[in-house]
Amino acid sequence: MDKQKVAYSGTVILAVSVIAAFLVALVLLAIGASPLETYKTILTGPLSDLFGVTEVLVRSVPLMLVGLGIAISFRSGIINIGAEGQIQMGVIASTAVALAFPGLPKLYLLPMALLAGALAGALWGGIAGWLRARLQVNEILSTVMLNYIAAQIYTYLLRGPMLDPTELETGSGTPQSMRLPVAAFLDQIVPGTRLHTGLILALVAAVLVWVLLWKTTLGFRMRAAGAGAKAARYAGISVEKYLVVAMLFAGGFAGLAGAVEVTGVHHRAIEGISSGYGFAGIVVALFGMLHPGGIVPSSVFFGILLIGADMTQRSASVPANMVLVLQGVIILSIVSGQSFLRNPYAQERLLRWLRNLVPTALRSKKGVQP
Amino acid sequence: MSAGVMLFNVLCLAVPFSVAILVAALGENFNQRAGIFNLGCDGIMCMGAFLGFMVPYTLRAGPLAPYGNLLGVATAMLAGCLLGLLFALVTVTFRASQGIAGIGLQMLGWGLSGTLFRHFVGGVTGVDGIQAMPIPYLSKLPFLGGVLFNHNPLAYVAFLLVPASWFLLYKTPWGLKVRAVGTHPRAADTMGIHVDRTRYEALMLGGALAGLAGAYLSLCQAKMFSDDLVAGRGFIAVALVYFGRWSPLGILGGALLFSIAQSFQLSMQVWGIKFPYEFAVMLPYVLVIVVLALARKARQLGPTDLGKPYNREMRF
Repeated sequence: MDKQKVAYSGTVILAVSVIAAFLVALVLLAIGASPLETYKTILTGPLSDLFGVTEVLVRSVPLMLVGLGIAISFRSGIINIGAEGQIQMGVIASTAVALAFPGLPKLYLLPMALLAGALAGALWGGIAGWLRARLQVNEILSTVMLNYIAAQIYTYLLRGPMLDPTELETGSGTPQSMRLPVAAFLDQIVPGTRLHTGLILALVAAVLVWVLLWKTTLGFRMRAAGAGAKAARYAGISVEKYLVVAMLFAGGFAGLAGAVEVTGVHHRAIEGISSGYGFAGIVVALFGMLHPGGIVPSSVFFGILLIGADMTQRSASVPANMVLVLQGVIILSIVSGQSFLRNPYAQERLLRWLRNLVPTALRSKKGVQP
Repeated sequence: MSAGVMLFNVLCLAVPFSVAILVAALGENFNQRAGIFNLGCDGIMCMGAFLGFMVPYTLRAGPLAPYGNLLGVATAMLAGCLLGLLFALVTVTFRASQGIAGIGLQMLGWGLSGTLFRHFVGGVTGVDGIQAMPIPYLSKLPFLGGVLFNHNPLAYVAFLLVPASWFLLYKTPWGLKVRAVGTHPRAADTMGIHVDRTRYEALMLGGALAGLAGAYLSLCQAKMFSDDLVAGRGFIAVALVYFGRWSPLGILGGALLFSIAQSFQLSMQVWGIKFPYEFAVMLPYVLVIVVLALARKARQLGPTDLGKPYNREMRF
């Protein structure tokens, strides 16, 4: 039953979170910070005022987009670790397009900039997909390498060809591009904050990804290729083709996330614009059970974590690298927990245990029904 | 400058460069031979590099100062061993997806080393580290002396590890077990080999070697620690295992090829050949992709059950 499955996944995720929180608490104790205080700051600090809430949502937008892309690729049996590089490629392309046509009206310029970002990310991801499909290059290694390569291309462009000419004149030498024309800005939702319409875009994307994966032939074939390549091949599905398609989608969403960051938040390409969204996106996707319905809340949750971690760095002097530790521990716990998810015996046993927790009175009422 | 001197300079630089990726790849080879694809190698190297730096740094003024480096290396290896154990728990006992788990371990090691470093040390600080130890007489040999016998003690250890791990893999019962559980775990299980235990052992050994590789980076090569010291070398090591066709000698060749490419690029800058710095940094990563594409035909030489969790309860 579907309801049972959801209850079961929920319980496993909860248990996993508790274990992860406990492990990270050990690290916090080791560096002399109070785990309870730190967790309190991380989880409640960002939500204490409207500005904090909007900042959380600002962070959750790229996480959501990246997470959706990664869910598509993981579901199709190709592990995309390269979102970080794909984001940077998206930033470059959308910045370049926005700066190349400064005179265009918003109606054309903004969609063009976003589309350019998505295309660049898709191409960058497609390289890894093609390498895997044609040359059997392990996609994890190739995407990790493409991350390092993209980072170097990004720095090269920002310090050389795309450097803001005014930086050169004043000699301050901050590696950043020119400011985008206003026509390429995403609008603000709440005036006075940084929350922009990219949020709506990401939510629409979540619905579209759900439709793509569960309501179209393409999505079905991609999931079939991921669930069992051999069986899919027997059914006449060209697995290799769908690997590439999945990577194009994954890269496209990551590139779109980069484009949204640059048009919605920073309004120019700056160094460190991605700040680890590519890796956090993996955790968001896994935490959301690779389903858009889970990814939307999980991206907000990780938005809280990222802002909260910044806050603890200032208040409790816990280094912000702690987020990486947390992400690593969560990934390890989730993939460990999934072995229980896949195990029908464990599922049955846990569900029985859960049912026993429900008060007897309630159960007897249900028991009357046939 | 004559071509001979140029070659000499390139090779002298290449040998120390190769040590970290060589040791890590030899460790990863044990993992993969046992059927476990450990992408967390990079994270383990980060922790090894941090501890290799941290222990002598903490002990520098105390009575244990003379043993600081040794203790640093030992701690790094022990920590690597423990992280290997953690990875074994996740991938062998819980049978998790190895690729994703590896990325998790990489994030954990990378983040943890950075967090601890920022908390306990803070800024950039150097350590004396382990000094080069020219081998008497041999280091005086023309050409070869400078290239081969004028290095850090750990570099000699690294090169001795190549025949040692060959011997361990091909000439001992344990090596046979490792290769068996990576190639046909069910057959190995039927013959009474503990598949899970062998995989645990291989992962712990591989982790210890990755920790050693990290300690070499911080103690011998950089003589300092920073977040981006390891810079993906763990992933390069994983690629080297493919390139070296799962044999210690092939891995040695791959490691040397990589480091020669890298030192050649550095030397080119010294010789005044100009190209953007960023492209030079990019080179090894591009090389990894090329190498992986070229090594695809060797796939059938590898462990056939690489990356597949073994479940003895499964009935097919």
